[in-house]
Amino acid sequence: MNAFVEWASQPWPWYIAGPIIGLMVPLHLLLLNRTFGVSSSFRHTCAALVPNSLPFFDYDWKAESWNLLFVLGIMIGAFLAAAFFSTGEAIALSDAAVARMQELGLTDLSGQHPKELFGWNQLTQGKTLLMVLGGGFLVGFGTRYAGGCTSGHAIMGLSHFQWPSLIAVLGFFTGGLLVSWGLLPLLLS
Amino acid sequence: MKNVIGLVLGVAFGLILVKAEVLSWFRIQEMFAFQSFHMYGIIGSAVVVGALSVFIIRRSGAKSLDGNPIELKDKAPNHIAAYAGGTLFGLGWAMTGACPGPLYALVGSGTTVMLLAILSGILGVYVYGAVRDRLPH
Repeated sequence: MNAFVEWASQPWPWYIAGPIIGLMVPLHLLLLNRTFGVSSSFRHTCAALVPNSLPFFDYDWKAESWNLLFVLGIMIGAFLAAAFFSTGEAIALSDAAVARMQELGLTDLSGQHPKELFGWNQLTQGKTLLMVLGGGFLVGFGTRYAGGCTSGHAIMGLSHFQWPSLIAVLGFFTGGLLVSWGLLPLLLS
Repeated sequence: MKNVIGLVLGVAFGLILVKAEVLSWFRIQEMFAFQSFHMYGIIGSAVVVGALSVFIIRRSGAKSLDGNPIELKDKAPNHIAAYAGGTLFGLGWAMTGACPGPLYALVGSGTTVMLLAILSGILGVYVYGAVRDRLPH
């Protein structure tokens, strides 16, 4: 039993995790007749909370309630994985990434994310507020403007060769590189 | 029935996101600095499996569980919106270290402060809904 727990607690390499994530595409199509995507859940939440307030939210969100259960499931699955199938060890970042994090002044690399940035107690810091609230706002606004996120565009859209999805992915990297190389060094060091 | 299937698929996806370390802020920074193949391998191999699946489903004319032909609509050809929105999303992705799936997974796995990022994201979608007619698409 202990050997099983230890085996099941190991993180998965990309060549196991990636193909399984890819199976979300046919599973959604075959079981739900819907395309795989997570960010639509934000829109359905708006449509459910403030119906008829804006034309963009005036649609039958109940027909897409499966998507809200999907994201509830993500939280449950992540809870189970973290509680029962996790070593709790630091993420095996590349040496280059570790060096860069230390250069940025992040010393505690023991968790999934820097504890000095992400936590309720850190909300008094301007940089935490910006990254959590500002970042979250941009994730919501940007996905809806672009018409999808990493799952809807990068995985689902590219899987059926959608030009807008390729363009969106180029945008994802434009924004990501700006933060990674511009904003982060400015905020952290 | 659809709700039950959605929930089960979600639980599986949440488990995978933790096991694959996709919800890690560190992994996302490592990706944007091109310092590891991990994230590229995950997204790349997911797309390969997704594309093969779509090809097989289209070729075989498979029907969905409810017996209907499978609908695979093209994304709206809004190239300006895809790039501009994509860039805004990319900024948020690198700041929070999480795209929407991992945001939910972070909350589930104990980083509950990310609930604020989700609420802010929902507000962001609402604001988009309010201003979208004035944005180029």
